[in-house]
Amino acid sequence: MNVFRFIAQNRGEVLELTLQHLWLVGLSTIFAVAIGVPLGIIIARRSGLSKPVLAGANIIQTIPSLALFGFLLPLPWLGERADRLAILALTLYALLPIIRNTYTGIRGVDPAVVEAGRGMGLTDSQLLFQVQLPLALSVILSGVRVAVVISVGLATIAAAIGAGGLGEFIFRGLAMVNNQVILAGAIPAALLALSADVSVGWLERRLRPR
Amino acid sequence: MKADAAEPPAIAFREVSYAVAGVRILVELNLQVQRGETLVLLGRSGSGKTTTLKLVNRLLEPTSGEVQVNGLPQHDVIRLRRGIGYVIQDVGLFPHFNVERNIALVPKIEGWPEERIRARVQELLQMVGLEAGLAARYPHQLSGGQRQRVGVARALAADPGILLMDEPFGALDPLTRDELQREFLALQWRLHKTVVFVTHDLREALRLGTRIALLEAGRLVTLLSPEEFLRSSDPWASAYVRAFEDGPQAAFDRGKA
Repeated sequence: MNVFRFIAQNRGEVLELTLQHLWLVGLSTIFAVAIGVPLGIIIARRSGLSKPVLAGANIIQTIPSLALFGFLLPLPWLGERADRLAILALTLYALLPIIRNTYTGIRGVDPAVVEAGRGMGLTDSQLLFQVQLPLALSVILSGVRVAVVISVGLATIAAAIGAGGLGEFIFRGLAMVNNQVILAGAIPAALLALSADVSVGWLERRLRPR
Repeated sequence: MKADAAEPPAIAFREVSYAVAGVRILVELNLQVQRGETLVLLGRSGSGKTTTLKLVNRLLEPTSGEVQVNGLPQHDVIRLRRGIGYVIQDVGLFPHFNVERNIALVPKIEGWPEERIRARVQELLQMVGLEAGLAARYPHQLSGGQRQRVGVARALAADPGILLMDEPFGALDPLTRDELQREFLALQWRLHKTVVFVTHDLREALRLGTRIALLEAGRLVTLLSPEEFLRSSDPWASAYVRAFEDGPQAAFDRGKA
């Protein structure tokens, strides 16, 4: 049996698992941006905080994903549902590239531009929103891109704790020793990662300052 | 341009010292800048010129002493800075804004009506010798001289009484520099801003300054008019004059000796 025939025959389930996958990745990315960008901004301003925050995000990154799912299991409310757990874990993994790129993006803005802005009487928030963030945007987005691509891959493991997503096919195929079933999960996941990579990359180039 | 006796100086330094991590950058500076004059801060790299300038718009805070602007110690830093034009050597134009938005930034955040902003931008472009058509260009599409002209226009946008200029023409080629110096004089003759101008170039100081303050190792060594400076017997001042007085021929001769 051909993989694509298998996918076509099970298109209802493939579609459902793909949407679940997107849900896990999308929501966790939104959370990671909502937490990571402000954190990156804060540590770009207070350089004393940058080391501990980046080190913390780094440590999270080194925890094997399966183990992280396990560690988070006993948490109240979050541990009750597999998708909540998966979203939390994916959010944590996505933090590092987003925090780091926000930090380097803002720090990388030409100091003469910042000094001119400050000397002209821009307030801190005017400087941030009109100058620093727009100029750092493409660097921040490239962090988001890395985070999304990592998340699409990691989200397949979420199936191990019953959170759904395309990992379902992969684990099922492993149990059945059936490559076609594995590929029915792996191919859509790869396509998702690719298209996320391309579309965020396109956005990133569009917004790059000259 | 005699200052009114009752009128306070535009800028006054009173016993101002500035130190970073125990290193004294500026030592007990007393200096008054009169309304409408161009005071040049002259000195070597590290003599404290830029520090002095940044103490005026409070990019730096004095370690001790007080800097008064318009006769008052200033508490609202943002208001203070919006009333002071600031031009730096690296220009620091906003690369993501076109020329018009660069110039219009302060008027815009001050809430000027659109029409007035547009008229002001056109007026300023003309004032600094740029074509109206350049308004839509981005900084990376301009030459160095054009960029610095935009920098000056941006500093003048909200019509500040005081202009701080930190080696604004330092990075330009000699011909463009000469052109901009000439235009600066013409502009200053029209506008009578209070200007504090930092340079290490004696020629520029003599040409543009109404008074020259010579700084050396964080201390004000001497404060003279250009005429007095040329004839001064002060060792620091005359050392400067000697270093600069020979023309191209002497430089050539010395290089080949």
